[in-house]
Amino acid sequence: MSLDFTPQFDGFFRNETFRDDFTYRNSPQNIRRFAFPFDRDDYMYSVNMEPHTPGRPGSVFEHTFDVDEHYVSEMIDRAKVLAQDPLRCQSLPHMTLAGWDLLELIMESKARDYPQWFSLEKDGNRWRWINRPMGIDQTFTFLDESTLPYGPFEYITRQTQGDFSLQDERDGTLWMDAGMITSQADWSLDFDIGMNFHEWHAPVPLAHEMGVFDRALKFLLKLQHGAPVRRYNWTMTVNPLLDTAPETYPEWGHMRTLPTQENMGHMMHLRVELQGLFRLPRSNAIAFSIRCYLAKFEELVTVPKWGRRLHRVVRDIHPDVAAYKGFLRNRDAMVEWLSKYDDGKPTSPGWWPDDEE
Amino acid sequence: MSGGAKLPVRVAEVVQVNDLIKRFRFVTRDGSPMPAFSGGSHTVVEMDDHGTRRLNPYSIMSDPADSSGYEISVRRDDVGRGGSLYLHNHVTPGMEMVISHPVNLFPLDTRAKKYLMFAGGIGITPFLSQIAQLSHHGGRFELHYSARSRALGAYMDRLTAAHPDRVHCYFDEEDQRIDLPRILANQPIGTHLYVCGPKGMINWVLDTARAAGWPEPALHHEEFLAPPVGDAFTVQLAATGKTITVAPAQSLLEAIEAAGVDAPYLCRGGACGQCETRVIACDGTIQHNDHWLTDEDRAEGQKIMPCVSRFAGKHLSIDR
Repeated sequence: MSLDFTPQFDGFFRNETFRDDFTYRNSPQNIRRFAFPFDRDDYMYSVNMEPHTPGRPGSVFEHTFDVDEHYVSEMIDRAKVLAQDPLRCQSLPHMTLAGWDLLELIMESKARDYPQWFSLEKDGNRWRWINRPMGIDQTFTFLDESTLPYGPFEYITRQTQGDFSLQDERDGTLWMDAGMITSQADWSLDFDIGMNFHEWHAPVPLAHEMGVFDRALKFLLKLQHGAPVRRYNWTMTVNPLLDTAPETYPEWGHMRTLPTQENMGHMMHLRVELQGLFRLPRSNAIAFSIRCYLAKFEELVTVPKWGRRLHRVVRDIHPDVAAYKGFLRNRDAMVEWLSKYDDGKPTSPGWWPDDEE
Repeated sequence: MSGGAKLPVRVAEVVQVNDLIKRFRFVTRDGSPMPAFSGGSHTVVEMDDHGTRRLNPYSIMSDPADSSGYEISVRRDDVGRGGSLYLHNHVTPGMEMVISHPVNLFPLDTRAKKYLMFAGGIGITPFLSQIAQLSHHGGRFELHYSARSRALGAYMDRLTAAHPDRVHCYFDEEDQRIDLPRILANQPIGTHLYVCGPKGMINWVLDTARAAGWPEPALHHEEFLAPPVGDAFTVQLAATGKTITVAPAQSLLEAIEAAGVDAPYLCRGGACGQCETRVIACDGTIQHNDHWLTDEDRAEGQKIMPCVSRFAGKHLSIDR
């Protein structure tokens, strides 16, 4: 069996690519709801977690799992990645129950938050799931793997924007024992699977010395069901590539040499990860969602506050952080391009565009 | 909100299980399903005991696959601080109460090849939900359950009827003892050990297993402490500028809450670490009663767990 789906773009969902001709872009209304991650004019690592409660209407915080105009095309891109490299999705045998937990969480959330697109009917453990944008109508038995074309984790994450990993909790730490990773900022599930929290974070500079990971782990081990949390992370990506994996570095790494002052606005993308953490009820595992949002520099500077702020953040960032995030070689050129959009005026606190803009 | 997400519930059923134990069943007030949970979880039950706020953790003993309600079993403690007496004497079907979302500090390691369980008395309750969960998924387990007498061996009948080859019962009154060295020697590689019961039993099982060479990650235990009764003491809350007095039968956490100060907590039994609070000044002795702080933490004297720990001396100031 496989997941055969028939995309329904329906006028709302964009038909676009994240490879080859790179037709990805944001509509004007989608730019203003972009997950702009800087609430001040500078940046340093912090745990920066907050409760993942429904936020400002229309924003990416409005619903538990944000579905936007890129949904259908992102799912097509994921299917292409998995067809080339099935190891981008792995789940160790003891994580199946956690996969069911995640499937239930996503199906219930989407059916509640987007009834025009998703529906879930339950008759005991006999469930019917309808995903209209992907043209899927599936009846299956909850907790019976044989009734789905994939395991529960792969089945639902092939239909959900963002990467996911599942962390098993034992021995006082978290273990990355399952993942669907096709839109990552240069890290490999196949390399990291089975590692614990400190092991997979080992490459991050500075943050260890600051004690960030000890505090973050302590916080996460107390994460409770029904009280998810979220945080932002970010980097820069040349071209709207969802899949920047170490495995395919030869295909995309050279693109980092392409930006010039002429193409910077179109080619350079702020890549934001909205990360969510959910304690799962049946398995006691923790689901980690890493939703990737991409915006071109030329799209971001249409919001004057964001243009000013992005210039200041990139200009003043610690070089070790820029190097780890992979944009040190382009940093000066980015600052030069962005400086045209910074008139030196003060910016208001917080993420959101100013109302008068 | 400190204490995390709450569930407004109704008491659906109260059953006298034996001379000491009552079972309480909680359902949602609107008839919707209860959240799913994992075997070994507990919930913190909030009680308004005639003006005194009590919050006690109890293991959820019902089947995790049963989303129609949660069940807890409570052993009456006639000399305790009063939470179990309140539940036994005042909680009746139909009452509306508030409980916490389930929290699991005693989860099954899902990689285990086999689960070897030791329960003492009311310590049987987390194993009931774990065994129900394992039964659905075909997990191998072996339970050794000791009680004072046949009359006090709660749920032994249902366990032995459902799993006659896997459940072994022992009675103190009949001088029956768990043959621990022999049992430990007969387990397959990959077995994980779980123990819940009186402190002496937990220490005996863990120490014997360690001496037999069991790896530490395969050893699991759970023990909720009731906040111990002690002498009254005074504490300065530096962050809010209040000075409070903790009564003999009150915990420091309860006294902080009674003063109107919101403080974090989860298990309220010294196990989870959520209420950890920084000590700003201490002229005296902190009586650390928790399982959370390490020996190094205690030696440094910079932290206190207000849910179970107390103080004796001239002055204590904490960051709350």
